[in-house]
Amino acid sequence: MNTIEVIKNWIDKESQVLDLGCGDGEILNILSKEWGSTVLGVEINQDDINKCIQSGLNVIHQNIDEGLENFSDSSFDIVIMSQTIQVLKEPKKALQEVTRIGNESIVTIPNFGYWTTRINLLLSGKMPVTGTLPSAWHDTDNIHLCTIKDFENLCSECEIDVIEKCFFNKFGKESILAKVAPNLFATTAIYKISK
Amino acid sequence: MSDSIGTVKAQKVTLEGEFELECGQSFNDIELVYETYGALNADATNAILICHALSGNHHAAGKYENEDKPGWWDSLIGPGKAVDTNKFFVVCPNNIGGCHGSLGPSSINHDTGDYYGPDFPIITVRDWVNSQAKLSDALGIEKWHAVMGGSLGGMQALEWSYLFPKRIKKAGIIAAAPKLSAQNIAFNEVARQAILNDPDFEGGRYLDKSKYPKQGLKLARMVGHITYLSEEAMRSKFGRELKKEKLNFGYDAEFEIESYLRYQGDVFSESFDANTYLLMTKILDYFDPASNFEGKLVNAFESIEAQLLVVSFSTDWRFAPERSKEIVNALIEAKKNVSYLEIDSPHGHDSFLFANENYVKGLSAFLEN
Repeated sequence: MNTIEVIKNWIDKESQVLDLGCGDGEILNILSKEWGSTVLGVEINQDDINKCIQSGLNVIHQNIDEGLENFSDSSFDIVIMSQTIQVLKEPKKALQEVTRIGNESIVTIPNFGYWTTRINLLLSGKMPVTGTLPSAWHDTDNIHLCTIKDFENLCSECEIDVIEKCFFNKFGKESILAKVAPNLFATTAIYKISK
Repeated sequence: MSDSIGTVKAQKVTLEGEFELECGQSFNDIELVYETYGALNADATNAILICHALSGNHHAAGKYENEDKPGWWDSLIGPGKAVDTNKFFVVCPNNIGGCHGSLGPSSINHDTGDYYGPDFPIITVRDWVNSQAKLSDALGIEKWHAVMGGSLGGMQALEWSYLFPKRIKKAGIIAAAPKLSAQNIAFNEVARQAILNDPDFEGGRYLDKSKYPKQGLKLARMVGHITYLSEEAMRSKFGRELKKEKLNFGYDAEFEIESYLRYQGDVFSESFDANTYLLMTKILDYFDPASNFEGKLVNAFESIEAQLLVVSFSTDWRFAPERSKEIVNALIEAKKNVSYLEIDSPHGHDSFLFANENYVKGLSAFLEN
């Protein structure tokens, strides 16, 4: 299964879905067309916003770092935050907001504990530049990278329950290695959480 | 490819029957002037209604024969433009109360044979939308593909969405607010005082006495104009540039900005009616859809079925992005189909008139998705 298939698996059809950092609306488009979801995206990039509008998706131009107070408690069945938390100024606050707004939430993170990233840093002594993290340290949007362990620790610190989780290798697929030792062998982790 | 619509002509229609106003008064038959661009398709599903703002009129695009100046939204309406007249049939009326041919204070009251002048009733955004619905009937348009406008025009588009939810597929609400702030009303009041206190205003009966409160209207426009521009736009366009090389220690227009404002005020006061200006500012001040719902905007939006696009501009301080977000947040809470775009633009409130790239892309994506 890939990310979108996992998400579909985890949410009921015709749910109300909010995607924070929805990009060009790829996930929302699929959920809306194939899963009958009522969808709303939040995005800051103007080109992406226009692509969403072009696809007929509802999208709000908003900077997540400036707060999400305009979304009331439990106002969506599902809040998705995919590959976004690591670019935010306050990931902890964002995580709390995500679980406040959604009855359940789905969060995807890039795993900085992946074995090649570790070896890369160990051997070269420089911040790793990889396929999932392609920019140099001074140039990257990813200002709050974490490992799978870090993320799960943050969840328990915030008293957030992990309901489901799934790990992907660098091909975006589930694998035995990624399942057995995710913090070493998964490049991406996806969580279903709630508070 | 974007091009001009070319030469256009205004049309006139009489909407017959009694027309009741929110204030309790009514008109018998109302005359509206309007322009259309593009062609209505066979099933009348490609029509877009453009609502004009405070000083606007029905001449939104193209040029009149022997005139150089295009309509006020020509940058956005035309073949291949944001509102593509190759695809859409665009209608823009001059609202009642206006001074460009539709029933207004400078029209003759057939009951008395005199100009309406100050006796013209105070109308509201709702009255406008009701009159536009009558125009829709006359044009054979059951459901608009979109109703859109900037500023006060955006307020009309918003009003359409909850007043006639079945008659509108999309609403474009641009550089608008859900109601005026105290500061907004304050600026309007300064404009009104300028007009009301001009000795040539004659209690609004200046037309009967062949007079005209030019100074008052000029001042009103000057103060209004300041609120349409951003500090940044004024600084980059005029700065502290002098008309002559040095200060001359007098009260003539010395700085370029003084000269510009005086010129704008002059031009405007020669082409606009003072009673209409007073009326327009009142219509703005009165607009407050939440007031019938215990101040809850979300309840006012209950009936909306349309897809809505709200657009604001970064340097607009007359109706700042925060004001547009009030509309957006109420629509989100009401679980309506809404998208919101905040465009980076240096032109202040006037930004909605310029063909900014992201703005054009967003609008056309919205109209054509």
